[in-house]
Amino acid sequence: MNTIILQIASRYTLPLLLLFSVFILLRGHYLPGGGFVGGLVASIALVLHAFANGIKKTRELVKIHPGFLMPVGLSTSLLSGLFPMILGKPFLTGMWYPHSVPVIGSLGTALFFDIGVYLVVVGATLTIIFSIIEAP
Amino acid sequence: MEILIAICIGLLYAAGIFLILRRSLVRLILGLILLGNGANLLIFLLGRITKGKPPIIPDSAQTIADVYADPIPQALILTAIVISFGLQAFAIILVKRAYREVNTDDLDQMNTHEQ
Amino acid sequence: MLLAVLLPFLLAIFLVIPFRKYESLVARTVWIVPAGIFSFFLQTYLSGNTGITGKASLSQIIPYSLQWNLDGLSLLFVLMISGIGTLIFIYAAAYMKGHPYRIRLMGFLSLFMGAMLGLVLSDHVMNLFLFWELTSISSFFLIGFNNEEKASRQSALKALIVTGGGGLILFGGLMLLGQIASTYSINEMIALRGNIVADPFYPVIMVLIILGAATKSAQFPFHFWLPGAMKAPTPVSAYLHSATMVKAGVYLLARFTPVIGGTELWQYTLIALGGITMLYAAFHALLRTDLKGILAYSTISALGMMVFLIGIGTEASLLAVGMFILVHALYKAALFLITGIIDHETGSRDITKLRGLRKVMWPVALAGVLAAISNAGIPPSLGFMGKDLIYESTLHHIFQPIWLTSAVVITNIMLLIAGFNAGWRPFSGNLPSAFSKVHLPEKSMWVPPLLLAVLGLGFGIIPSVIESPLMQDIVMSLHGVSWAGHLALWHGFNTVLLLSGITIVTGIALYFALPQSSKIAAKITGLTALSPENIWTKIALGFNFLAIKITAVLQNGFLRLYILIILAFVGSLLAYKLANQIYFTIDYSYLSPVTVYEAIIVGILIVSILFTVFSTSRLVAVASMGVVGMAICMIFVFYSAPDLAMTQFTIDTLTVVLFVLVLYRLPKFIKLTFAIRHIRDAVVSIGFGTLIALLAMEVLDNQPDRTVSKFYGDNSYVLAKGKNIVNVIIVDFRGADTLVEIIVLSIAAIGVFSLLKLRIRQSQKIE
Repeated sequence: MNTIILQIASRYTLPLLLLFSVFILLRGHYLPGGGFVGGLVASIALVLHAFANGIKKTRELVKIHPGFLMPVGLSTSLLSGLFPMILGKPFLTGMWYPHSVPVIGSLGTALFFDIGVYLVVVGATLTIIFSIIEAP
Repeated sequence: MEILIAICIGLLYAAGIFLILRRSLVRLILGLILLGNGANLLIFLLGRITKGKPPIIPDSAQTIADVYADPIPQALILTAIVISFGLQAFAIILVKRAYREVNTDDLDQMNTHEQ
Repeated sequence: MLLAVLLPFLLAIFLVIPFRKYESLVARTVWIVPAGIFSFFLQTYLSGNTGITGKASLSQIIPYSLQWNLDGLSLLFVLMISGIGTLIFIYAAAYMKGHPYRIRLMGFLSLFMGAMLGLVLSDHVMNLFLFWELTSISSFFLIGFNNEEKASRQSALKALIVTGGGGLILFGGLMLLGQIASTYSINEMIALRGNIVADPFYPVIMVLIILGAATKSAQFPFHFWLPGAMKAPTPVSAYLHSATMVKAGVYLLARFTPVIGGTELWQYTLIALGGITMLYAAFHALLRTDLKGILAYSTISALGMMVFLIGIGTEASLLAVGMFILVHALYKAALFLITGIIDHETGSRDITKLRGLRKVMWPVALAGVLAAISNAGIPPSLGFMGKDLIYESTLHHIFQPIWLTSAVVITNIMLLIAGFNAGWRPFSGNLPSAFSKVHLPEKSMWVPPLLLAVLGLGFGIIPSVIESPLMQDIVMSLHGVSWAGHLALWHGFNTVLLLSGITIVTGIALYFALPQSSKIAAKITGLTALSPENIWTKIALGFNFLAIKITAVLQNGFLRLYILIILAFVGSLLAYKLANQIYFTIDYSYLSPVTVYEAIIVGILIVSILFTVFSTSRLVAVASMGVVGMAICMIFVFYSAPDLAMTQFTIDTLTVVLFVLVLYRLPKFIKLTFAIRHIRDAVVSIGFGTLIALLAMEVLDNQPDRTVSKFYGDNSYVLAKGKNIVNVIIVDFRGADTLVEIIVLSIAAIGVFSLLKLRIRQSQKIE
């Protein structure tokens, strides 16, 4: 699938799609979207890039091994759940920063939880697909 | 429309089961996927289908007052879809790996009889 | 009293310790425990403190209270269990001398003793049942004590299956009884007898309880485990399988006589059961030449007679039961112990070979004669008195005095012969030279049987010792009214005396007249094919055979077949339910209308499903599978589920990518199955699909409960500051679920990763 059109297109669509996936992630609390969909969109963007340019290029672009994202995401979600416990509230209690933050809106533990989900989904999906592409 | 969807669910179940009962592992996985889709659609239908009323609270309000689609089946199905992706990926790779090792995807030939 | 029951259990635990060089000391002093228990109950008895009911609540430790009841019947059993137990422990220490597991045997005996004490003291039926099962289990261990021998293991298993199965039946009966009476205390049930007997379930309860008792007390046709149980060491046979445990069934029937007894059904069932058992077993006892075999069958016969007497149910017969339990325990335990001595010293139990042993072990011979006299009912033994009471009760039966009396007389004659065969024949005649070097065993072995035999005689001479209050209390607890009669050897010339005379004279005459050889025994072996034991074995083997066949059909190693069977089963259950209780009434006004777009999507969905199933090309199949997913995605879009639509879309894309990546490394579809299987599978799958569709439509007919959904709608912004309710549920309300879900997803990814990276070494490859 080494078509020039796809290669050129993916060069421009990748950042756009990644940005879009973050957008979906952030708006998830108010409108359709969220960590799962955001993560899947991001993975599709990278898979598309890998199809167009070859897996090696994508690996170079991503730099870190996608599997690494899974523990990071898991701990982010877990910590966001543990945080309220420090303040003596039950595990996974939703807590919010009282003031509105530009771009993101309200800032709360649920957001960090969703970011964790996003990272795990990206990590797991890419691990699966990259391993398959590279497998003999 | 509900009746049409119910028929589709029945068809998905029937197709899924029929494929699961085949000897080819690839068909088995296809069957699993169809069965999963059927189950998702069934849950969706059982929560009743509502047109054009997503479970999203309007900007101006604190709670939703209007009739809206049931969010619980949606949350259930959403997680089910993601999990089934994990399952499918694992199953596909398992088949691939098994094929490489034993050189068949015929379930009956993979059987080791205890004699 | 709690301590008295707990003590044997504690002792059993204590005996688990390996004693090594103190082993002998421990084995020879263990009898102190049962002796202590015996003296405790004897003291209670002598101080006239019977009729105790009490509660020993363990509530501080366990929220469970044990209700005790010590009345005449319990006291008789308690004294027997602990008294004979003491002698058995003394005897066993000598009998098992040098055996590596002597202490283990004593531990099991102790466990049994505790269980048996608990059984006869329990007032709560569930306690009773618990101890009942414990006696079965300890009996299993004791029968299989010589666990290196196959016969021993088989007998133990047989006994456990019969008594354990009986226990299960009994459990059902006791549960039903407790439900009907709405109390589980036997004392409280007695007051409710009228209601219980009138209940429609009464016959069921009665039959279940009788079956339970019949298995334990070895009644025909469940008797066969008892002769097999003789594989146990002789002290065990003497203790469990003649004096105490087998009488648990008799105890149970006696205990429940005031609750469920007294009806005609009860009387005739028990009379028939006991009558057949006593005649059948007594006849068998005559045919045996093995000492233990004789004693086993005569025990079964005696148990049959006890059941028979309980069935008659008059005051006289219940008194006779109490008396006979005691008499039988004394002489039968003595005979067993004597058999043990003979076996121990000569190595033989064959009465056609044993002769003249009185010359080398006269105290044992004395004990044997005394026990045989008590068994025969020759005055002045206690047995004579017991026999009198039995004849008394059968003669006064209202309906069939002649038949019942003659059955009892015939049984007694046969039992007399059997008793003489066991207690006298080995000691009579001339001593064969082979046994000339046999010597008397140590005191602790011959004193216990002699003591038991002497007691059988002593109680007969001075009956007042047991008459009041023991026998009076027994009649009180079984019959509900106090008994004012007196036990005496001499009642004047009457029919009873005549019958006793006939029994004794005929019995002794036949004893000398009948040839005693193994030829007769050999003749009846031809009939064993019809014996209950054989039928039971056949049934057991049949079960095995059936299980193998069923397993071969149902579990043949083909996963598809399992799925097929499960689906067909679930499907038919569902179909049955739907066909019977569901009436399809679809209210079309609730349903949403169909537009062109939706109709097209449904059409695409159906076509692509068919393509997935029937395509012979893998690529087409995978692509149509992708189209199925997209069509479903469109359904989500139409019906207000944007989140779902987005997820379905992305996942579907990734799945197809995944398939395509792997696909060209996988084999092509080939036609593997026969057309007939296709048809079979098609029938099952279409049937199941239809059921699911019908089910979905049926559910649509009922309005859903949306309380929970409303909670989320009302609170997702107020509590969680989110307006997309689905997302709020996922990341906030049900966050823990999602956390676990992403863990699962990670595990799947790691699984895939390792499956692909894993290198199987050549040596590990499956051929």
